[in-house]
Amino acid sequence: MTAALEVRGLKTHFFTRDGVVKAVDGVDLTIAPGRVLGLVGESGSGKSVTGLSVLGLIDPPGRIVEGSVRLEGQELVGLNREAARRVRGRKIAMIFQDPMMTLNPVLRVDTQMFMALRAHEPVPKDAARQQALAALGRVGLPDPEQCLTAYPHQLSGGMRQRVAIAIALLHSPSVIVADEPTTALDVSIQGQILQEMQRLSADTGVALVWITHDLAVVSSLAHDIAVMYAGRIVEQGPAEDVLAAPRHPYTRGLLDSVPGEAQPGKKLAQIPGSIPALVDLPPGCAFRARCSRADSACETMPEIADLGGARAVRCFHPLEGR
Amino acid sequence: MTRRDVSPATRFWMEFAENRLALAALMVVVLVVGAAVLSPIFAPQDPYDIGKLVLGDARRPPGFVGAGGYVHLLGTDAQGRDLWSAILYGLRISIQIGVTAGAVAFVVGGTLGAVAAFSGGRIEALIMRFIDLQLSFPAILLALVLSAVLGQGKWQLTAALVAAQYAYFARTTHGAAVAERAKDYIEAALSTPLSSRIVVFRHILPNCMPPLIVVATVQIANAISLEATLSFLGLGLPVTHPSLGMLIANGFQYMLSGRYWISIYPGVALIILILAINLVSDQIRDQLNPRLKR
Amino acid sequence: MLGFLIQRLLQAAAVMVVISALVFVGVFAIGNPIDVLIAPDAPQDIRLDTIARYGFDQPLWRQYLNFVSSLVLGNFGRSFVFNMPVLDLILSRLPATLELTLAALIGATAIGVPLGMYAGYRPHALGSRIVMGLSVLGFSVPTFWIGLLLIMAFAVELGWLPAGGRGDTVAVLGVQWSILTLNGWTHLLLPALTLSLFRMALMIRLTRAGMREAMMSDYVRFARAQGLSDGKVIFGHVLKNISIPLVTVFGLELAATLAFAVVTETIFSWPGLGKLIIDSIQSLDRPVMVAYLMLVAFLFIMINFTVDIAYAALDPRVRSGRS
Repeated sequence: MTAALEVRGLKTHFFTRDGVVKAVDGVDLTIAPGRVLGLVGESGSGKSVTGLSVLGLIDPPGRIVEGSVRLEGQELVGLNREAARRVRGRKIAMIFQDPMMTLNPVLRVDTQMFMALRAHEPVPKDAARQQALAALGRVGLPDPEQCLTAYPHQLSGGMRQRVAIAIALLHSPSVIVADEPTTALDVSIQGQILQEMQRLSADTGVALVWITHDLAVVSSLAHDIAVMYAGRIVEQGPAEDVLAAPRHPYTRGLLDSVPGEAQPGKKLAQIPGSIPALVDLPPGCAFRARCSRADSACETMPEIADLGGARAVRCFHPLEGR
Repeated sequence: MTRRDVSPATRFWMEFAENRLALAALMVVVLVVGAAVLSPIFAPQDPYDIGKLVLGDARRPPGFVGAGGYVHLLGTDAQGRDLWSAILYGLRISIQIGVTAGAVAFVVGGTLGAVAAFSGGRIEALIMRFIDLQLSFPAILLALVLSAVLGQGKWQLTAALVAAQYAYFARTTHGAAVAERAKDYIEAALSTPLSSRIVVFRHILPNCMPPLIVVATVQIANAISLEATLSFLGLGLPVTHPSLGMLIANGFQYMLSGRYWISIYPGVALIILILAINLVSDQIRDQLNPRLKR
Repeated sequence: MLGFLIQRLLQAAAVMVVISALVFVGVFAIGNPIDVLIAPDAPQDIRLDTIARYGFDQPLWRQYLNFVSSLVLGNFGRSFVFNMPVLDLILSRLPATLELTLAALIGATAIGVPLGMYAGYRPHALGSRIVMGLSVLGFSVPTFWIGLLLIMAFAVELGWLPAGGRGDTVAVLGVQWSILTLNGWTHLLLPALTLSLFRMALMIRLTRAGMREAMMSDYVRFARAQGLSDGKVIFGHVLKNISIPLVTVFGLELAATLAFAVVTETIFSWPGLGKLIIDSIQSLDRPVMVAYLMLVAFLFIMINFTVDIAYAALDPRVRSGRS
């Protein structure tokens, strides 16, 4: 079976006046139809830039310097502007973090949905309306008719994000990249939307790349996990296995700092330090300054090593598996 | 050496110097201000000493050697003034008035805006309502009427300019201070035993400075332009002390007969000064705008 | 919406009261108006008589009340210089100023907004840099200087266009208009251009700033992620967003342009309100000054009022927030 999305050796660099920021520096990802991949990392790890790169939405001074992005076998890197535009929104869609900001505040929902529809095919108004209503119904909005004529500020945060998801679904894409879509929402709404997305992905076979910093979200949603650090994937594998027995010290640290996993009354573990600036990154493992297991071997960059069972880790001193 | 290792001021300067146009503009500003301040040294003639003007030298083209025995580099005006000297002295007056008006407007407007932001409630509403009202009025009209009412003279003109401009500073200070006040660190500082005065002076006002600096540079350029406009209309300075605007106005009638220099050179001097200030302020504004950072 | 309208109308009325007080103090209370009315060497009895006739012997508040009540009745007095009712004088000059102001501002917007959109869309392109360079220039060169240069170039050297006056006019509904004749247009072109360059620079800069900010916003990113072309993103999504602040600016600038017409009209001998007020200031024709200021204040308030309504109509957030 062809993968819905296959990313190989992706490098996206930003050429700023302070130097070259290697926001994404060699990322490999594979995701099959109907599956959910959780792309996890702290802010600044390069996970959002990875998502934007996949859609070809990197603006100067940034650009994709190397690598390949294949969508159902079609190469996307190097497409001209018009060809890239025809893929965006039709075969691959993206939704963003803050539903307050992602819908145009001065246009009605129907105007925005019709524009999204007509970006790829001429649709008469009645048909467009039917399609929009259907999409709004599919994401569990109770009153699609009313929603269609509303302005974004008249909707709640959860409803707005559902509208955004409906827009992403309009052309039945094979992949949706979701960049922290529930982070700005209340926890209860967050749960509803996660459930909705899981159902949609299972029903329609759309592959989801779920970008988040929240391991709790990933554990309830994703089939697979990829953990990013400083522009690289440091660990990946089936979600259950990685969460149960992380092999990279960074993944372990992330898990230990989730409050729910800690024992009551005990001090919450934390990872010392913070993610390094990505300008002039010294060679070697980027995590070594924060890592208790680091030694002189870590001054060269470890390759990502296959551990069997679809798992891989980028570390010279991985933790013991269970 | 990377940029992250240096102090913010040095970094600011390095970034500024990267825009060569802005750097050149800054040099022009320094040069013009220097020449204007030292104008008695550079000017061969005191253009305001009517006794020294020779009518026989009036309206002579650039390069003419007059009764004083020196070359009139830019020619002479209708009263026989050496234009180069008159321009230098005119620039001096323009800069003096522009900077004084800007500084007074800065202090008055800044104080009003800060008082409004920190008193809140009715006082704030009253002050800001009035400021908004005034801002909806074009500054030139206000300055025009005031200078007509107050009469001619350097101080009257400065007062008219201050009245026309302080409101911009007030609104900027108020906006910045309110935004600053709402930030968490101010609440944190206020919850400590520090007196609120210390919080205002040590924390809030310094953070209001960047937008105020931008407004100040723009307003000084504006004041200079307004002064020239009022003088051009005959409402600014007395005829015995012609500023650039009046030199231009006086020369206008001779322009039609081909004696272009009387109007053109003062105008060029004026534009160079205003343009240079605006270029510098544009660059500062871009650098201080966090939304354009990447 | 009705409550909003009433509230704004009351505010406007209050503002007019404040302004009338300021104008009164500014024009009548500062300086001694009696010196203007009669010769300095007039005999004492004529002096006292004039003072009594104009009410200058009464307390200031009563003078102000008299002043306001005659304003409300539409009685602005007679011009000392033209010896005709001020209101008639001003109304006869208003059309010339209006057509100049509107021509300048509409021209500035029609050229400035597209240029600003381009400069904001491609901030690093050569064309944008040129546009921005020209806008800084337009921002820096005083209006009167532009006027002089244009007269020098097009009227004196090339002789293509007239240097002053209004040219042929056509009467419509009893009002004379220059924009209806070709000759009128040749007269209008230079002053309108002079007046519009500064506004154009302003429009370019504001549009560019709004455009740059909009292009970095999340809704634009989302629209691009939907596969909308840049053209559809700009004209479908961005334009309406940036046009909201631009409408405000247009209104405020209409007022400012009206005021700056003073300079332009003086240079081009354009027989409008601006020329009238300068002449009145120079001849200390106080009734005309007062009437002009009150009229301009009234126009500004009406413009601000209209802008608020337009703002509410354009921005759904404001609209529903107040209805």
